[in-house]
Amino acid sequence: MKNDSDNLNDLANREYKYGFSTDIESDSAPPGLNEDIIRLISKKKEEPEFMLEWRLKAYRSWLEMEEPKWPNVKYPPINYQDIIYYSAPKAKEAKSPEEVDPKLLETYEKLGIPLKERDLLSGVAVDAVFDSVSVATTFKDKLSELGIIFCSFSEAVQNHPELVKKYLGSVVPPGDNYFAALNSAVFSDGSFCYVPKGVRCPMELSTYFRINALKTGQFERTLIVADEGAYVSYLEGCTAPIRDENQLHAAVVELVALDNAQIKYSTVQNWYPGDKDGKGGIYNFVTKRGKCAGVNSKISWTQVETGSAITWKYPGCLLLGDNSVGEFYSVALTANYQQADTGTKMIHVGKNTKSTIVSKGISAGFGQNTYRGLVKVMKSAENARNFSQCDSMLLGDQCGAHTFPYLEIKNNTAQVEHEATTSKIGEDQIFYCNQRGISKEDAINMIVNGFCKEVFKELPMEFAVEAQKLLGVSLEGSVG
Amino acid sequence: MLEIRNLHASVNGNPILKGIHLKVQSGEVHAIMGPNGSGKSTLANILAGKDGYTVTDGLISYNGKNLLEMTPEERACEGIFLAFQYPVEIPGVNNTYFLKTALNAIRKYRGEEELDAMDFLNLVREKMKLVNMDEDLLKRPVNEGFSGGEKKRNEIFQMAVLDPRLAILDETDSGLDIDALRIVANGVNLLQSEHNSVIVVTHYQRLLNYIVPDYVHVLWDGRIVKSGGKELALKLEEQGYDWVKDEAGATL
Repeated sequence: MKNDSDNLNDLANREYKYGFSTDIESDSAPPGLNEDIIRLISKKKEEPEFMLEWRLKAYRSWLEMEEPKWPNVKYPPINYQDIIYYSAPKAKEAKSPEEVDPKLLETYEKLGIPLKERDLLSGVAVDAVFDSVSVATTFKDKLSELGIIFCSFSEAVQNHPELVKKYLGSVVPPGDNYFAALNSAVFSDGSFCYVPKGVRCPMELSTYFRINALKTGQFERTLIVADEGAYVSYLEGCTAPIRDENQLHAAVVELVALDNAQIKYSTVQNWYPGDKDGKGGIYNFVTKRGKCAGVNSKISWTQVETGSAITWKYPGCLLLGDNSVGEFYSVALTANYQQADTGTKMIHVGKNTKSTIVSKGISAGFGQNTYRGLVKVMKSAENARNFSQCDSMLLGDQCGAHTFPYLEIKNNTAQVEHEATTSKIGEDQIFYCNQRGISKEDAINMIVNGFCKEVFKELPMEFAVEAQKLLGVSLEGSVG
Repeated sequence: MLEIRNLHASVNGNPILKGIHLKVQSGEVHAIMGPNGSGKSTLANILAGKDGYTVTDGLISYNGKNLLEMTPEERACEGIFLAFQYPVEIPGVNNTYFLKTALNAIRKYRGEEELDAMDFLNLVREKMKLVNMDEDLLKRPVNEGFSGGEKKRNEIFQMAVLDPRLAILDETDSGLDIDALRIVANGVNLLQSEHNSVIVVTHYQRLLNYIVPDYVHVLWDGRIVKSGGKELALKLEEQGYDWVKDEAGATL
């Protein structure tokens, strides 16, 4: 009889259905990075002087920094002079989603993201980012009736410079880390959202990122501010064409929650993961951080990471306000030769601050999955609490799971709990399902989804369904 | 329905089954007894198609088909059900969802329409009564945190819903107190008909007080060394296995 574990290792034929590319003329900067390129980007965006200064400062600090070597991932050195830092589809600016270039509309249609408002899922507003620029934002008018600003970052710089000036870099300073500094220097677009005092955003806001152009890096910046008593739920999705070269995606996301405000940020990350031999794929080196600046504020991160050749990200919460709450729910899947080093940082500063971490790592094929998490309780954080749970599941015996929890406790009233488990997907479990008539693929799907349930239930409804399907597709071919 | 001829099988190169012959007709209940290590569970697992066993000789035909060429899920869809000795836990997977997926996979295989949530729930409610299943267990993840008795009851409950043609109970009685034993046995008896068959694998006679077999076979050292009616089980209970071994030893 055939051996199950041989079958499990064979993660071939994993299909990436978003791998097409769009043939559209683009306006690109020459490859390479220097102050002139940064000036060019700033000029293209018709930015005010303060932005250019900000970028140049970030660039100069980047030059002095070194690429981090501590993540548990391996890749050949990146030549930053080979990357194109600005690429925009050549099309006249669209005033409304109806005016967007049909080729782009078609692209998003194919990705399942219709940009025509009447076709959209009611209750989801979308900002679509294509390479370096935002091409459309839907439901803008409806949201603005409530005073909610939801637009591309470039627009925000033009129309709301005071908000941008106040909050940009307030959570992730330009010199925070190597990739954040790089992003700060060259970021070209992204989404901006401001929810005013006491407003509960009535629909899910989402940004859909697409890398299309060859040899292009994507450096977008997202800034979300929830003013006192506001609430917003935000979704982020991403895909890229199949390319043989690795492409760099170094984004920064900053969240700010003021007194009694709540931000829920969900990601389904499906960048091209590379082929079954590990060729190509996106390097996803992202800095995401939320600041619970006000009392009783809450920031919740939920991520489902199935794509990218390499994932390096630690969405964290800075819990400044008393009684503020930070949450991190994560599913990270690595198949074939994918590598992920992901986790969170919870920094407790205010009194009675609470954080919850639930991380589920799934490794298959030759995938390497690392959880890295920091829980830091400062001296001022009386009665801080943290609960962490990190579970790893292995499919096959060529893959790896690693857990690096860091605890720094400076206040002895803190209560910190950490639980970790590693399990191999049981051949007994698969056989049990088989014996009830369920096929191997369906069985693995079911078992893995069961394993991730605690995280999926945190996702908004439509996303939860998508995430489950995605996990299914990602594991396709993991059995013989 | 089932015919096993001269079945030889080994695990990691060690021969466990050394020439099993067995015929099971529709409507019959067969008990397979024997001391520990005689090969009872191996036989049950091979019938269900579990990995890790190498069939070195012999054949098994099931309703005219070569069973050994079928995948475990095909066997299940063709009506073979194994009630596990140690049912596994599947964390996060709802018991009802699991069972609905299983039932619909089987129905699909047979070209029948899949049951919708309503019809399925009605079926489940009806079958729950057979084994005194607590509705609460349906909402929990498969076998997770179930007591030993609850796990076994869940097996029989699944069997009731999936309505197999050939049910194999692998030491279903182990770890059950007398009340649970009675409930489980009662469930099996209610499901028994002229269209299906049951193979009861057991170490002790006591389950056979409740599930009365038509035939009893004694497995020893990989062979069926003695077969008889239900009275054979009683004799084994009284006198142990030694006399069978002696008899068998004499003829070998």
